[in-house]
Amino acid sequence: MSAFLETLLDGNEKAFKPASLTPMQKLTLQYVVFGLVYYAFAAIEGMLMRLYEVQPFDLIAPNQFFAIMTAHPLVGIFGSSYLLVFGAFNFVLPFVLGKPIWSYKLAKAAMWLIVVGVFTFWSAGFVSHYSPMYTLYWPLPADFTQFSALGGAVFITGVALVMVGTLLWVVNVVKTLTFTPPGADHVPVLATLGDALGLTTMKRLVTGRIREPFEHLVPLPAAAIARGTVDVLFNALILTFTGVLILVYMVAELSGNSLKTTWVDALLYKNWFWWGLDLIADGLVLIFVAGTWYLLANLITGKPVFMEKWARLALGVELVVSWTVWSHHLLSDQAQPELLKMGSGELVTAFELITQGLAFFITLATLYRARPLAMTNELKFLIGGLLGFALAVPAGIMQADVGLNRVLHNTQWVVGPHVHVAILVGLTMTLYSAVYFLLPILTNGAKLWSQKLATLHFWCHLVGGVGMGAFMGMAGLQGMLRRTIYVNFEYGPYMVLAALSGALLLVALAAFLLNIVMTLGLKGALGIFRKGDLPETQLLPTA
Amino acid sequence: MIDSTTVLWGQTIVYTAYVLIISAVVGWFALVITRPTGSPPIVKPAYFYAFVAFLTTIGVSLHLVTYNTIPWVPDDLNAKEVGRDVPTFSFTMRNHQYYYDGSVLADVVPEASRIKVPCGTLVKFAVTSDDQTYGFGLFRSNNSMVMQMQVVPGHSNDLVWTFVKNGTYSIRSTEYSGPKGNQLQVKDAIVVSGCEKGE
Repeated sequence: MSAFLETLLDGNEKAFKPASLTPMQKLTLQYVVFGLVYYAFAAIEGMLMRLYEVQPFDLIAPNQFFAIMTAHPLVGIFGSSYLLVFGAFNFVLPFVLGKPIWSYKLAKAAMWLIVVGVFTFWSAGFVSHYSPMYTLYWPLPADFTQFSALGGAVFITGVALVMVGTLLWVVNVVKTLTFTPPGADHVPVLATLGDALGLTTMKRLVTGRIREPFEHLVPLPAAAIARGTVDVLFNALILTFTGVLILVYMVAELSGNSLKTTWVDALLYKNWFWWGLDLIADGLVLIFVAGTWYLLANLITGKPVFMEKWARLALGVELVVSWTVWSHHLLSDQAQPELLKMGSGELVTAFELITQGLAFFITLATLYRARPLAMTNELKFLIGGLLGFALAVPAGIMQADVGLNRVLHNTQWVVGPHVHVAILVGLTMTLYSAVYFLLPILTNGAKLWSQKLATLHFWCHLVGGVGMGAFMGMAGLQGMLRRTIYVNFEYGPYMVLAALSGALLLVALAAFLLNIVMTLGLKGALGIFRKGDLPETQLLPTA
Repeated sequence: MIDSTTVLWGQTIVYTAYVLIISAVVGWFALVITRPTGSPPIVKPAYFYAFVAFLTTIGVSLHLVTYNTIPWVPDDLNAKEVGRDVPTFSFTMRNHQYYYDGSVLADVVPEASRIKVPCGTLVKFAVTSDDQTYGFGLFRSNNSMVMQMQVVPGHSNDLVWTFVKNGTYSIRSTEYSGPKGNQLQVKDAIVVSGCEKGE
């Protein structure tokens, strides 16, 4: 057997031994595996759309194209980002708190509900071409002249499964923060929650005691996880409520009793739905990412986070800001009250520049104070993630301006320099940093197969992500809309360049997956799904 | 005269300059943190507070600058008042089609049937929807956007606008309304005249 095949089967230097893993290590790796599989789904879908935007081709009919466009962000967010983030936090939270996760079984159930839910809505979209987009603007999701009610019902059921899994994860996070493990010191529930959610810091600020030394009950990364979890909860509740409403219309249609769509006010619906939906983009993502930056900076440097009390405060401000910014999605809705447009849409949204800017500065300062640092994979991906948000947040602030929104709304600018740069460069590179950092910890010392592939992964991902966002943005500034098929090569040159950038992202993914498979080996990868002998409460092997 | 083309060029220049600067700063930072240092690196809290002040200034001033430089913003924010007695062009949307004066607009409007809009004076586009959430955007012949708004069913969707150049514009829905609405556009629907300059 050749050395390559041997490594493919047994992993690099046969260093990865799945039998030595604790159930929590295995579960975290399972989350990562499913998250990466769905990332590959989203990446391939994205590439198909990039090619279609250059020139539509016969293999994909327009309604199939829009079904892909509907599934793509949902698979990317729920299937990939949620699983990667939830899985990592299932491990990190007990790690920083120094106690086991509250319920291993709940963590496992949450994963399977999300995995099955994502596959359910993806399949329903693939088969029935249900394509109301993730925005679900009323009454489109209940338009049965364009969509099958049955296909839509299965699709919404899939999303509902994801939401149930998400709610289970939220319960597990809150309980893990507040429960007292057997034999441990009593954990004061209310005081811990107050500290985790930032109420303690807020109280100290108001009473003028913010500068006094204070021993926090909850470490900073755990506080970030707790605060982001609040937005996860609200988001899941709004999506579930909206999903049930849509399901009612579908069930009525299937039973031959069509309901009037005018019973629901389209603008009111748009407000509540964006309030909830925006808690992902402008809430939990920013909070979780900031928390992950602090944690990684702390772990990479071995030093405390710079200006930690302000970091805590900024996380709390971001949480409140995230509840009040939804109206920037309705700046082009003429019936939306001007007060909401100016207040929520413009001014409060501008606070995100400040809160995310502070997280950026604090992370850089933490790294700077610890120099010289070795340019490890986790450090270079962390810096890539920082750059991603430094590019994407100002792009978002620009479109959240009444004047500029008049010529940017629903153009490729929104999804290019803002959304895709934030997710692909900002969020994903931060997650890759965490993956590279956690890999040896989660695998009990497996050795990365190829540093050259890791370097290729970094550069292709960075250049591909920034490039794709840039060329989409240029097309958007020339008037290209985000959900329209152009058949006459109107924006051809930009779309060709965006597609080439997308291809670089695929090369990056292939390099990363190959490296991980060769590191763990196929036998090792399968081994993480086998039941082990170690107790579920144990985070890492004791030896 | 400032129109959307000028505004978008301004944005392109500002954002491109920002991208180049921040990329250079982050690149420089990545190099610096790997180099040995003689004395322990110090980041003064004053830098932090100065950065907070800088971000606050940028966040607030962006909207002040656009309010005072983008010509349509003051009218937009006072649309109900300033748009009360201006020439109004009313459209209805249903079944993925635009209707004007009770008639459906063809995919391409012949020259004689184009809707005539005066240049250099405030006008109002009043669009309603009988079914879906749509969009109403005006586009130049090179596909660049003049302006757009959302068209939400059950609500008035009024946009006041002052054209500063003559030209012929197409209407295109800027909101996805399902696969049937994919090519929801009316080419050469509007002709604007009365100004000295054209597109």
